Amino acid sequence: MDTPVNKKKLSLKEKYSYLTRDLAWEPSYQSKEDLFPYATYEGIKVHDWEKWEDPFRLTMDAYWKYQAEKERKFYAIIDAFAQNNGHLKITDARYLSALKIFLQAISPGEYAAHKGFARAGREFPGVGPQVACQMQAIDEIRHAQTQIHAMSNYNKFYSGFHAFADQRDRIWYTSVARSFFDDAMSAGPFEFMIAIGFSFEYVLTNLLFVPFMSGAAYNGDMSTVTFGFSAQSDEARHMTLGLECIKFMLEQDPANVPIVQKWIDKWFWRGFRVLGLVSTMMDYMLPKRVMSWREAWNIYGEENGGALFNDLARYGIRPPKGWADAGEAVDHMSHQFMLALYQWNFGTAFHTWIPSDEDMEWLSKKYPDTFDKYYRPRWEHIKKMDEAGTPFNNFGLAKLCQTCQLPTVFTEPGDPSTLCHRETEYKGETYQFCSDHCCDIFNEEPEKYIQAWLPMPALFQDPLNGDLEAWMKWVSLENGSDNGDYQGSHDQTSFQKWRAMTTSN
Amino acid sequence: MSVVSRKEYTGVPRDRVENFNGNQLIYLGWDNHLLFASAFLLCASPETVFRDLVQNTVTPLLAADPDAEKIDWDTVTWLKGNQPWTPDWNGTLAANGIGHKALLRFKTPSLNTICG
Repeated sequence: MDTPVNKKKLSLKEKYSYLTRDLAWEPSYQSKEDLFPYATYEGIKVHDWEKWEDPFRLTMDAYWKYQAEKERKFYAIIDAFAQNNGHLKITDARYLSALKIFLQAISPGEYAAHKGFARAGREFPGVGPQVACQMQAIDEIRHAQTQIHAMSNYNKFYSGFHAFADQRDRIWYTSVARSFFDDAMSAGPFEFMIAIGFSFEYVLTNLLFVPFMSGAAYNGDMSTVTFGFSAQSDEARHMTLGLECIKFMLEQDPANVPIVQKWIDKWFWRGFRVLGLVSTMMDYMLPKRVMSWREAWNIYGEENGGALFNDLARYGIRPPKGWADAGEAVDHMSHQFMLALYQWNFGTAFHTWIPSDEDMEWLSKKYPDTFDKYYRPRWEHIKKMDEAGTPFNNFGLAKLCQTCQLPTVFTEPGDPSTLCHRETEYKGETYQFCSDHCCDIFNEEPEKYIQAWLPMPALFQDPLNGDLEAWMKWVSLENGSDNGDYQGSHDQTSFQKWRAMTTSN
Repeated sequence: MSVVSRKEYTGVPRDRVENFNGNQLIYLGWDNHLLFASAFLLCASPETVFRDLVQNTVTPLLAADPDAEKIDWDTVTWLKGNQPWTPDWNGTLAANGIGHKALLRFKTPSLNTICG
């Protein structure tokens, strides 16, 4: 009888190699070009895919184990939240507007990112990014699901949560996020990685998730905090992947540098426009505020972003072209947005309100150079109209930007009292923009952006033809319940009534 | 290159004038009057007389601003496509050369109650 030989256990490195890199093979009866037809047309040159460093060395079996554990914890807390009427522990039902915007605009973005990474994983010829993209695709769909599940509990009690998918597709203020992801998903795999992996996940994600999750924590929303924690470790992995991807492109060939720079310029600005929604939430919608948008920008934008671009300077990369304009806009954008959302609140599936005297005091302290000078007088006038029984509604619909698709509510750099208008002509058609940077993005690839579906012009086309009531039905907006001022809304009266029941008889 | 693509690619604009059932879009903004967050999007027939557009469609939209009733339309200055321009008040939009998705801006330098 032979002596049994103990099979040598694989080292972690070997195991990783077997479970990832060895999944690849050389095609024998198809050419590599036919197998990966999208790998070269963007102009990015890759000489050696083996140089791709896998930042986490995570294998699928380990990945499933980690994720399953996180899911178990997440759903246990969500169940407890539902059973204990967790929704009554939030500071005030005004907070829910922030959640509704998140659900309608951002969670569907997670789903879009899932689709994009699944496609990128198929299109990259290198097995390193294939595996990383596959895991991130699964992360993103998990994030969409956990967010929707966490917020579904609020849907049992409050308006504005019931039709987020329709609103993602059709309502006007979500189109900034929708078009951001549509743009990325219709680009090639390398640009997609710079758009989502680098610009969004690395440069801007802290400005989205940190304020949002701290906002949830400050305002007693345990279910949102829980999905934040559940996603956090994934986000760390995504950030590392984004950074690895950009460094890989820059190191492979010097000819890649100008292409990557152009994408950084474009995607920083597109991401910055999406963040406008976050700025409003931070400065206006949280009953208990975490910090101002300006303060968040100083930490996560100026400091962290500045350090990152210093680090990339050795490859010949400079900060994005819109960086300085963005820094200036930070003192204005939340006010410009909230004023816009308020005056068009007949068409929003969340509530807005006139800031209280105390709110305005806070805003004036946080924005000493801009709030009292430019924005307080407008709010004071709106308040006067409201007190006179003629609340301000702007029934003139808005001019939208062809690129970011937001209403063109932004002012000229250096002149906060003049709206910024840019216009260009392509093949005999006129196109309107909110800024130089959005106009530049259009001019790079006009044939792409002329196809933009803009929600406000769509209202005047078939089948709606300007009928506002039909439009509300089409975007699944319950008039008198989902929309309008918070004062006197169902959300306000229900929350007050239920909360009183928890503290008295 | 008008789009980065693998092969010849032609896009179709979604907002062509044919899609508006005989009407067109016009954007109109009142400079320095930021109570209105953005320029207005208007939809009208190219045969609309300019005066009618201003009197019937634009004037009611402006009413929320305290300066609105003080506008002297004879002295306001205009921009079309961000260039100085003088309208023919009795001409149609078409005769005024106001094309689909054109942007008109007007200025009232002496009026600035809210955004002074």
